[in-house]
Amino acid sequence: MRPDNESEVVARVREAMARSRRLELRGSGSKRSIGAPVEEIDEVDVLELTGLQGIVDYDPSELVLTVRAGTPWVEIERTLAAERQMLACEPLDVAGSLGGTVGRMTVGGLVASGLSGPRRVVAGSVRDHVLGFRAVSGRGELFVGGGKVVKNVTGYDLPKLLTGSWGRLAALTEITLKVLPAPEVARVWAIKGLDATAAWQCLARVLGSSVGVTAALHFGPGTVGAEALTVLRLEGFAASVAARLHALQALLGRGLALHALSAGEASGLWGSLASLDVLSHDRPVWRLSVPARQAPSLLARLAVEGDRWFFDWGGALCWLASNVDPERLRSEVAAVGGHAILWRAEAALRRRVPTFHPLPTALGALEERVRSQFDPLGVFATARFAGGGHAH
Amino acid sequence: MSVLMPALDEAVLARRAQIVAALRTLVAADAVIDEVARMRPYESDALTAYRQLPLVVVLPETTEQVAAVLRWCHANGVRVVPRGAGTSLSGGALPLGDAVLLVLSKFSRILEIDVDDRLAVVQSGVANLAISAATEPHGLYYAPDPSSQIACSIGGNVAENSGGVHCLKYGLTTHNVLGVRLVTMEGEIVDLGGRAFDSSGLDLLGIVVGSEGLLGVVTEVTVRLLPKPESVRALLIGFPTVDDAARCVAEVIAAGIIPAGMEMMDRPAIHAAEAFVQAGYPLDAEALLIVEVDGPPAECDELVDQVEKLARRNAAQSCRSSTSEAERMRFWAGRKAAFPAVSRIAPDYYCMDGTIPRRRLPEVLQRIRELSQRHGLGVANVFHAGDGNLHPLILYDANQPGQLERAEEFGNDILRLCVEVGGVLTGEHGVGIEKRDLMPEMFSADDLAHQQRVKCAFDPQQLLNPGKVFPVLHRCAELGRVHVHGGAVRFPELPRF
Repeated sequence: MRPDNESEVVARVREAMARSRRLELRGSGSKRSIGAPVEEIDEVDVLELTGLQGIVDYDPSELVLTVRAGTPWVEIERTLAAERQMLACEPLDVAGSLGGTVGRMTVGGLVASGLSGPRRVVAGSVRDHVLGFRAVSGRGELFVGGGKVVKNVTGYDLPKLLTGSWGRLAALTEITLKVLPAPEVARVWAIKGLDATAAWQCLARVLGSSVGVTAALHFGPGTVGAEALTVLRLEGFAASVAARLHALQALLGRGLALHALSAGEASGLWGSLASLDVLSHDRPVWRLSVPARQAPSLLARLAVEGDRWFFDWGGALCWLASNVDPERLRSEVAAVGGHAILWRAEAALRRRVPTFHPLPTALGALEERVRSQFDPLGVFATARFAGGGHAH
Repeated sequence: MSVLMPALDEAVLARRAQIVAALRTLVAADAVIDEVARMRPYESDALTAYRQLPLVVVLPETTEQVAAVLRWCHANGVRVVPRGAGTSLSGGALPLGDAVLLVLSKFSRILEIDVDDRLAVVQSGVANLAISAATEPHGLYYAPDPSSQIACSIGGNVAENSGGVHCLKYGLTTHNVLGVRLVTMEGEIVDLGGRAFDSSGLDLLGIVVGSEGLLGVVTEVTVRLLPKPESVRALLIGFPTVDDAARCVAEVIAAGIIPAGMEMMDRPAIHAAEAFVQAGYPLDAEALLIVEVDGPPAECDELVDQVEKLARRNAAQSCRSSTSEAERMRFWAGRKAAFPAVSRIAPDYYCMDGTIPRRRLPEVLQRIRELSQRHGLGVANVFHAGDGNLHPLILYDANQPGQLERAEEFGNDILRLCVEVGGVLTGEHGVGIEKRDLMPEMFSADDLAHQQRVKCAFDPQQLLNPGKVFPVLHRCAELGRVHVHGGAVRFPELPRF
């Protein structure tokens, strides 16, 4: 099913309610291999939202863009770039990391997954840039949340709840984003050979200073090269980037040499963040969100010889390819106050292991009550995330 | 009071003595206040036009005590209104006559500052500014800076999703909070978010921030800290017309500049402020802009130059840029004193808080002037120009019969106007009771029902802060009904995942 307008989305949801079918909401399907496979027997129809296309309103000086949910992200990126603007959380098209085709991701899929790129460490995540939406809930009702201005506290902040809800609450039909000026200049530098602890310390020192880097990553040995690589990015007006580089060099001192990366090298690294091509292909990939200071010791406990990893956001986001026991990984991650998403794995493992980190009992029950208010019949509750979210 | 609050529960009023006695078994006996004279300071928040004594005031000291009080009230069907420092401008902490007022002022400790991971864990009664004061020795600060920051509590900021003059660049409370410890009305203690950048499952933290004390009581907050910028400079620019100033603002942003702050004042506000603090504001200007930039000195200097050029191109009559911290503070002195300054030119003022698309500003200010004439009340406008957040200050005299009602009607007209031009009812003060009855101007019945059902998930009996935010208190059973079109529900047993 591929409706091309909002009322048809309403009709399809109501039809599913009446026929007791479930609906899997889908944009381009670029992240479809996250989560358990859905089988014929599950009585699921796919509701593809790529028919809802086009920019509804864009006024660059208002910093607001309203767009239909099925619009390809590349089209939006192009439109913004023409006005020298961007979505500051730096969305990554991760299709490549999941065996899909790059360039088809929709803005609805971006918001529904809520996944941000490296600039998130200083600029906030997708949820911080979603101002409003129109959507059809599992009740078959069209509703709006938020607004179309950059500052708004009227009513509950439903845009936050819908962002990252992975199609479990409502079918997004229209999204209003806060956009920002794109930097005039971006420069990337790297430090070679730091171990994970030294890298975290270095990134923490830089992020805690007024230097103002906009990316802070560390690639473990054997990922982008034999040696580990710690990566920093500066962005802004040319004069500002020059001043910030000077401050960065002064902060790091003589001990740590900064190597400038060429534009080609930098874009190669950035590509790897989306494609995860630097991680081993023969073992499951995990996305770990943890307090940054925990990253070095956690990775040391989890990774065995041959497991590859890197961390972003100064350590707060770790990517690990490993055959480590999922239960053990999740208990280690939870013990340090983080959570783990099973990102890439064979179907059998995805069927057995919940995609999302199970929640503590009371929180899981609360989340389920919130979910069921939007979708009481479970129209959007396919088997995809059936094991996820809850400890039941 | 012109806002209708939920009918008092007579049965609860009749049981007052028992309720007070029961509460005294849950918290220290002297932490329960039931004498009228001692409850008097709690009868309103900063929206002082509305006053109501609570049933009883309780000041717990621990999360467990909060949980015990809420669990007891839930079991006994007693309503609860949470309160931080009581600085809400929308009546969010207005007591109800049949409700326990749960005051969080004893939650005043900063529990931890993690310099490396740039976060602080604080109890919810800690004042906003106290966080920055405690973290300043480490070169860090907490960015949101509501004008009441010396007094307002971080828990109240979470409830209201408070902003400030720097939020175009640094965001509102929601963008600067990593986690909260929340006690639900049932007395469950849950941690939403934490020290990582995101958490598993639905973003319940995101929905709790800005929920105006309707979803739970926050006892601890984990905030994100930012490094203090190396330098800060401000410009003070006078314009002959509001149009020129508005165009300048749009061109600054179109040039790729996101100032740390960008404030506008209209002629009445300029004159009131200048008479009050002698900040050196240009009295011939129809609109005054304060533009603040921060970052490395080289960046500030370049941005100041660029903004100066854009100001000149847009007919600025005067343009000064700060060359010292003292001068920058002087530029801000008038803006920061705008509210007290206005209170010198009128016995009372009523501060509004709508947001509009910035491009509609000249037209909106013109129509506010027309409304001012129609209602026979003066108005001065201060405005967070960068993000389109208007603060019209309506001047009135509460001692003149009918003036408060006229001021409210004028205010409602302004907010309707904000919605009409594509904006919203509140940019940072919250809905509370003040804008509650205007919610249908912005949201349809279905929109509101989807919000109110979130309340049902957290507090199905609607005992926590009822009568705020939503104009009609629907019962959760009624909101929960599913309308199936053209068929019967046949899911025999839904999987409960």
